[in-house]
Amino acid sequence: MNKQGRPTRPEEVAAKARATFTGNRALDIEEALIFETGRFDATGVDLDEPAPFQSRLGAHARQAALELPGLTEPEAVRHYVRLSRNNYSIDAGIYPLGSCTMKHNPRLNEKIARLPGFADVHPLQPVSTAQGALAVIEALAKALMTMTGMSAVAMPPKAGAHGELCGMMTIKAAIEARGEGETRRVVLVPDSAHGTNPATAALIGFSVRAVPAGEDGNVSVEAVKSALAPDVAAIMLTNPNTCGLFERKIAGIAEALHEAGAYFYCDGANFNAIVGKTRPGDLGVDAMHINLHKTFSTPHGGGGPGAGPVVLSSRLAPYAPVPFVRPDRDALSLVEHAEGSASFGRMSAFHGQMGMFVRALSFILSHGADGLRQASEDAVLSANYMRACLSDVMSAPFGDRACMHEALFDDRWLKDSGLTTLDFAKAMIDEGYHPMTVYFPLIVHGAMLIEPTESESKASLDLFIMTLRDLAFAVKAGDRERFLSAPVFAPRRRLDETRAARQPVLRWTRPPPA
Amino acid sequence: MRYLPLDASEREAMLTRIGVPDIDALFADIPADKRIGGLLDMPLAMSELAVERAMTAMADRSVAAGSVPFFLGAGAYRRHIPASVDHLIQRSEFLTSYTPYQPEIAQGTLQVLFEFQSQVAALTGMEVANASMYDGSTACGEAMLMAHRLTKRRKAVLSGGLHPHYADVAATLAHMADEKTTRLPPDVVASEDIAAAIDDETSCVIVQSPDFFGNPRDLAPIAAAAHARGALLIAVFTDPVALGAVRSPGEMDADIAVGEGQGLGNALNFGGPYLGLFATRMKNVRQMPGRLAGETVDADGRRSFVLTLSTREQHIRREKATSNICTNSGLCALAFSIHLTLLGERGLRRLAQVNHANAVQLADRLSAVRGVEIRNTHFFNEFTMRTPRPSADLIEALARRDVIGGLPVSRLLPGAGLDDCAIVSSTEVNTDDDRAAYAKALSECL
Repeated sequence: MNKQGRPTRPEEVAAKARATFTGNRALDIEEALIFETGRFDATGVDLDEPAPFQSRLGAHARQAALELPGLTEPEAVRHYVRLSRNNYSIDAGIYPLGSCTMKHNPRLNEKIARLPGFADVHPLQPVSTAQGALAVIEALAKALMTMTGMSAVAMPPKAGAHGELCGMMTIKAAIEARGEGETRRVVLVPDSAHGTNPATAALIGFSVRAVPAGEDGNVSVEAVKSALAPDVAAIMLTNPNTCGLFERKIAGIAEALHEAGAYFYCDGANFNAIVGKTRPGDLGVDAMHINLHKTFSTPHGGGGPGAGPVVLSSRLAPYAPVPFVRPDRDALSLVEHAEGSASFGRMSAFHGQMGMFVRALSFILSHGADGLRQASEDAVLSANYMRACLSDVMSAPFGDRACMHEALFDDRWLKDSGLTTLDFAKAMIDEGYHPMTVYFPLIVHGAMLIEPTESESKASLDLFIMTLRDLAFAVKAGDRERFLSAPVFAPRRRLDETRAARQPVLRWTRPPPA
Repeated sequence: MRYLPLDASEREAMLTRIGVPDIDALFADIPADKRIGGLLDMPLAMSELAVERAMTAMADRSVAAGSVPFFLGAGAYRRHIPASVDHLIQRSEFLTSYTPYQPEIAQGTLQVLFEFQSQVAALTGMEVANASMYDGSTACGEAMLMAHRLTKRRKAVLSGGLHPHYADVAATLAHMADEKTTRLPPDVVASEDIAAAIDDETSCVIVQSPDFFGNPRDLAPIAAAAHARGALLIAVFTDPVALGAVRSPGEMDADIAVGEGQGLGNALNFGGPYLGLFATRMKNVRQMPGRLAGETVDADGRRSFVLTLSTREQHIRREKATSNICTNSGLCALAFSIHLTLLGERGLRRLAQVNHANAVQLADRLSAVRGVEIRNTHFFNEFTMRTPRPSADLIEALARRDVIGGLPVSRLLPGAGLDDCAIVSSTEVNTDDDRAAYAKALSECL
C-alpha cells in the first residue's frame, strides 16, 4: 500500500481480481471477430450506384455470395483500435528482439513516404513522369554503395530473405557463365546461420554443407578450408554473426573462398552494428543484402513489409537482376529487360519497395555520416552495457568477449532451477517487457539474444537491467511460481500451441446451428 | 542527434561500467587495417526541416497520379482508400511491432491475421489462405514451386494472358531451381488452347483472370484438363476488387489462387510495398509457403490466436522448408483487411460495379475516337486498345497533354508484335471529366 492506501503491488491486485460479466478487465478488452459482429449488408464506404449501363462481364459475372462481413466506420475504428491494444510495440517500450533490430521509427519518414510524389506514383507511368521516384532509388543506391564499399546494388528484393535469394541467384548466374553450373552445387552454411540461409540455398537447387562454428563463436579459416572443394559455389556467412560477434577471420575466409573459386555471400542482417566503422567491400564480400527495415528503421509493421537491396562486388555486378536505374545525359532511365545482357532476369514485378526506399533515404539523410556512425557505436555500447551488467547473474557462452550490437546469453545459469529460457521470457512479459529472441542461434543452448539498439535512453537500459537482475535473483531464490505461471498480467496466458497445430483452425467458419 | 538518447557523459559512464577505455575497444575484433574513420563521402546529419525540404523537392519531380486524368493499371491500381485505413495502420501497436513471436502480447496482430486469412479465403472461394507474401508476382512463383512439390513434377505451363512480370519471375525461379516453364505466346483475345500444352510432365498451369489484357476467363475447363493429366491449376489475379464482380478461382476449381492485394488499402507507391495473396485447398496446407495464424486457447481456456504449422517454415526446417520467406507484408495485409472490412460484401460488390461501369463508359468513349479499336469482348475494369499510332509513342504524347493513358504493351513485351496495343484501366476514382479529357487528348494525338 502507498500512503493513500491504494494497493500498488500487482500480486495483491491479482488476488482480488474476479470474473467480469464481459470478460473484459477495464482497458483489457475482449474483441470479437469481424465475422461475428459484421453484417453482409453493412458498409463503411458510401458509393453511388452507377447510372444504368450494359455489363461487359458476360457469363463471367460472380453470382455466388462472398460472405464478407462489413462494418461502418465507427465500428471498424473501434474494432482495430481495440485489437491494437493487445499488441506490444517499440513505441511503448524496449523491444530487444536480437537479430530483428527494433529501433525507433522516426515519424518524419512516415510523413515523407506519404507525399503524393512518392505514394501516388504508378510503377508503369511513363518514365518521364516518374523522375523523382527514380532519383530516390539512385540516391539510396549510392548511399548503400558508399556505406558498404561495394560497386553495385540490386534494389528489387522485397525483404531480407528475398535479398538472399537475389544474391544467390546472382552467384548462380555468375557460376553458370563460367561454365561451372553443373559442378559447383554446394553452398557452405555455418550452423549458427539464420534459417533463411539454408532455405534460400535449397530453393534454387544448391545442397547445403554445414560449417561448424568454433568454441569462440566464430567460424575459422581452417573450418572453411576443410569444407571447401571444387563443388562449392559460395558460403553464406552472417557478419556480425548471429551470436552478436564480429567474424574476426573474415578477411582470411574471403581469401580462402576466392582462391577456391567460390563466392562470399554475406548475410547483412546485422549491418547496423558496423555502419561507418568498416566496409563489407573491404572485407572481401561479393554480395550482401541490407535489411532496410533493420539498419535503416523502416517500420516492422507486425511482420513486414521489409526491403532487402543487395550490394554486389564488381565480379557479380553484371549478373544483377532487372530493373535498375541508369543515369543518362539529362534524365534517369530504367532498364527493365535482361535480354542481351548477363543479368539473371527479373525476380519480382515492378521496381522494388519504393515506400521503404523513401523512408530509408530519409533516415540516412537525417542521421548523416556522423549520426550513422554514432548510431552503430551506441547500439554496440548499449549491448555491451547489457552484457556487462548481467553477466554475473546470467551466463554468457563466450565469456567476457565484447559483443557487437547484441548480447548473447545461454541457459547454463538456469541449470537445476527447473526453469527454461521460455519461462524466463514469459516472466519478462509480466514485467511489461517484450522478451529477447529466444532459442536462436541454435548452436547455443537455450539462447537469449538481447538487442537493445541505439534508441534506448540510459534510464530505459538501467530499468531493463534491474528487472532482469531481479528475475535472475528470483530464479536463484527458487521462486518458480513467478516463472511457471507467467504471464499472468498479459492479455493472454500461455497458449496451447500443440492444439493449434494438431487441429488447425486457420479461418473463421460459420458455427453449426445450435 | 534527435534520434539518439545517450549523451556524452552517459556514454562515458557506460564505457567505465563495461571496463573499456573507449568505444573503439568494443570494435577491436574488426581487423585494424579494415576499419574506417567515418563515411567521408556522405553529408552530415540534417534537421527534420532540412530533410523534409530535400525529400519534397524529389517528390515534386514526379507526376502524382491523382493530379491528372489517370488510366493506368496493369497490375497496380489507383483506388480511393478510406481515410480511416491509413489512420489505423499508423497506430503504434500495429506499425512498430514485429512478427508475433510472443503471442500473449501480440493478439492484436494475430487476430488481424486470422481475419485477413478468412477474408482472403472467402474472396477467392478457397479453403485456406496464408498471412501474406511479398506481392502477387512472388506469390505466383511460390505457387509454382508448391505445385512442383505436390505433383513431384517440374514443368509449369504459363498462359499467354499472364502478366509478363509474373511470367518473368516464374521463369527466373524455375530456371534457377533447374525446373522448366513453357510460356505460351501473348494472347490478347484469350484464344489460346491451354489444354493442348498440358502433358504428363506438367505440374501446373498458371492462368490469370481477368488476364493481363483485361479478359475474364472461364478457368473451369482448364482446371478439368489439368486435373485429367494430374496437373494443378494456379489461378492468378492482379486486382482483388475484380473478385467482387467475376467468378472466383475456387468456384472454377483452382487448386491454388494467388494474386496482388495492393488494390485494396494500399497506395501505388511506385510498385511496392504491396502484398501477395495466397490461398489453396486444406489438403495442400502443409506444402504451403508463408506464415499462418491459427485459433487455439490459452491456459485459462480463452480463445486465442497463434502462429502455427511452423514446421513448414525456414526457422524450423531450414533447407527442408517450403519457402525461405520470413518477413512478409504484415502492415499491407492489415491495410487490405481494414479496407475490406469497411467495404464488406455490399461495399465490395458496389465498388466492383462502379469500376466496371467506369471502364465500360471509357471503352465506349475511346472506341468512338477514329482509328481506335477495343480488342476485348468481355472485360472488368481494364481492356486492350489498338490504335494506328505505336502505343509507346502515343502514351508519351498523351502524358505531354497531362493524361496518363495506360500501358504500352511493348514496354513489357517488346518485340511481341503488339506495338499498337495499350492496356487501359479505369477505377472508381475516374470521373466523367477525366474520360472526356482522355477522349479529347486521344483524338488530338491520333
